[in-house]
Amino acid sequence: MSILEWMPFSVLLPLLAAPVCALLPGRFLPWLLAMASVTASAVIMAFVLPEAVNEPMRYFFGDWPPPIGIEYRVDAVNAFIGLLIAVMGTVILPWGRISVNREVPQRQGLFYALFLLSFAGLMGITLTGDAFNVFVFLEISSLSTYVLVAQGRSRAAPLSAFRYLVMGTLGATFYLIGIGLIYIMTGTLNMVDLAERLPAVADSRAVQAAFAFIIVGIGLKLALFPLHRWLPGAYANAPSAVTVFLASTATKVAIYVLLRLVFTVFGIEFVRQMPFAEVFFVLGVIGILFASIWAIEQDNAKRLLAYSSVAQVGYMALAISFVSVAGISAGLVHMFNHALMKAALFMSVCTVIYQVGSPHISAFRGLGRQMPLTMLAFVLAGLSLIGVPLTVGFISKWLLIETAMADGNWFAVVVVLVGSLLAVMYIGKVAEAAWLRPAPEGREPVREAHPGLLVPMWILVAANFYFGIDTRLTVDVARRGAEMLMGGSP
Amino acid sequence: MKTNGILRVVTRFLIPLIMLFALYIQFHGEYSPGGGFQAGVIFAAAWILFALVFGLDEALAVVPAGAQKVLASIGVMLYATIGVLGVVLGGQFLEFTPLIPGSPQGAQQAGIVLVELGVGITVAAVVMLIYTLFADRLRVVADLTREEID
Repeated sequence: MSILEWMPFSVLLPLLAAPVCALLPGRFLPWLLAMASVTASAVIMAFVLPEAVNEPMRYFFGDWPPPIGIEYRVDAVNAFIGLLIAVMGTVILPWGRISVNREVPQRQGLFYALFLLSFAGLMGITLTGDAFNVFVFLEISSLSTYVLVAQGRSRAAPLSAFRYLVMGTLGATFYLIGIGLIYIMTGTLNMVDLAERLPAVADSRAVQAAFAFIIVGIGLKLALFPLHRWLPGAYANAPSAVTVFLASTATKVAIYVLLRLVFTVFGIEFVRQMPFAEVFFVLGVIGILFASIWAIEQDNAKRLLAYSSVAQVGYMALAISFVSVAGISAGLVHMFNHALMKAALFMSVCTVIYQVGSPHISAFRGLGRQMPLTMLAFVLAGLSLIGVPLTVGFISKWLLIETAMADGNWFAVVVVLVGSLLAVMYIGKVAEAAWLRPAPEGREPVREAHPGLLVPMWILVAANFYFGIDTRLTVDVARRGAEMLMGGSP
Repeated sequence: MKTNGILRVVTRFLIPLIMLFALYIQFHGEYSPGGGFQAGVIFAAAWILFALVFGLDEALAVVPAGAQKVLASIGVMLYATIGVLGVVLGGQFLEFTPLIPGSPQGAQQAGIVLVELGVGITVAAVVMLIYTLFADRLRVVADLTREEID
């Protein structure tokens, strides 16, 4: 079988493994199956990426050619995001096994089945070339994610999951309404077909309304500033493994869908007519500043990082708002980098929760001496989030500032720098408690975490530095992807 | 409702008809309105009617909760197996033409009928499972309140 024939199996393997996983007894077998299928998915994507960068790969399901059938169409952007998701899944699952054993002691077969469905949904959204198929996979991943969030041990978890369900369903419905409107106007759902037929009807109110519906719908999914209210609760109350997985993949996929629909389907001319850049610029700036300030105010470390995620989405929105190849490639690079750093940060915080039992920052006091490896990982990933040279965060911010300067937009430069200062404050808040405060009296001495928790965390920290120095994969592929998105042809 | 004679008789009369109608919807799905999803819901409706009239315990004796879970997975697996069979026999995923060499039309028909059967089994099992979970929940809540009264 050629790579093209293997490509859809990066979605299908986890999807097919999920029902088997649901029937497997015990704890080890479901995990093993999940691990095997996610790893296989990552391996397939690693082979797909070099092929797809040069020439888009197209796979027709059931051998029905589009626009009749559904096609997977993978180019530099898809393959890049798909590889990111699959690799993050592969790194997170071994880490997750230990925390899942504690947090979801029973019925782990169903837990891993849901995890696989969520994973397959995200991969499917990324690889498909059909606008309606995106909706189907969006629902597959969202529905399983709601249940996963509700598995958290705190009493607030079901409520957070319900909030997420309401907002997520609104988002998916808005997206569906938008797709429905453009389907009425063009009679097709295939993205390439849509891109060809939309310019002829671009002046109609229906298409403009569809654009607005789709932007708001995806905005809800990616937690863009005023639509982010579901995110902190969902991240803070979900089981640790789910939080780490969501934080590093779910919002990234939503941003990919946004880029794909806005630039490939609607096209650059249409976007220039609509107030897209202005809206994203304003929301991005407000998101960076306000969410960072909220993050500083939090006492719960998981919630603090969740607000920081909202701020990071602001950076991506800001990058996209430049509507240029440089801006979009900066957004794509930051997407990749943010997945690395936020996964490492959440892993270290969740490891502390595993050892100490509390997410409150007061519980972090004195941990620098008692759990040096975990807290050092937190500080290093935190430096990456702030944007210190040699880390991936620096690459992201450098590209973003370079784009803003080339655009003559000094305000954006100032916002990015102020955002970094605010990040110093909220990361510093946790780091200070861990390294400079004495351990609270009367607490049992805390031991360093299990190696099974430390190794994946340090792999991610190392990746933060590796991709901060060797930017061939990230920057070059992202630039190629941005050129494809802006060039009109997907 | 177990004691109501009219309900019992009418239900016994209706259930086979509902099931037959579900099978009709299932196996005519490929060339008339219908298909696995609709058939699955109708089939489960027959079981739910039985559960409403004769009680959940009687209904669970026919299809136990464990069997519902297994069936829900088996339906998906049937769908997936047919899909992968297309790849194994040298086509694309969900391509039915290679299933029966020399008869593309028959292969398409066989493929879609089997795939829809998988959908039907899963949907029927899941709808039954949803009903079981809610009905069981009601019993758990009733037990709790009774304990409080005691």
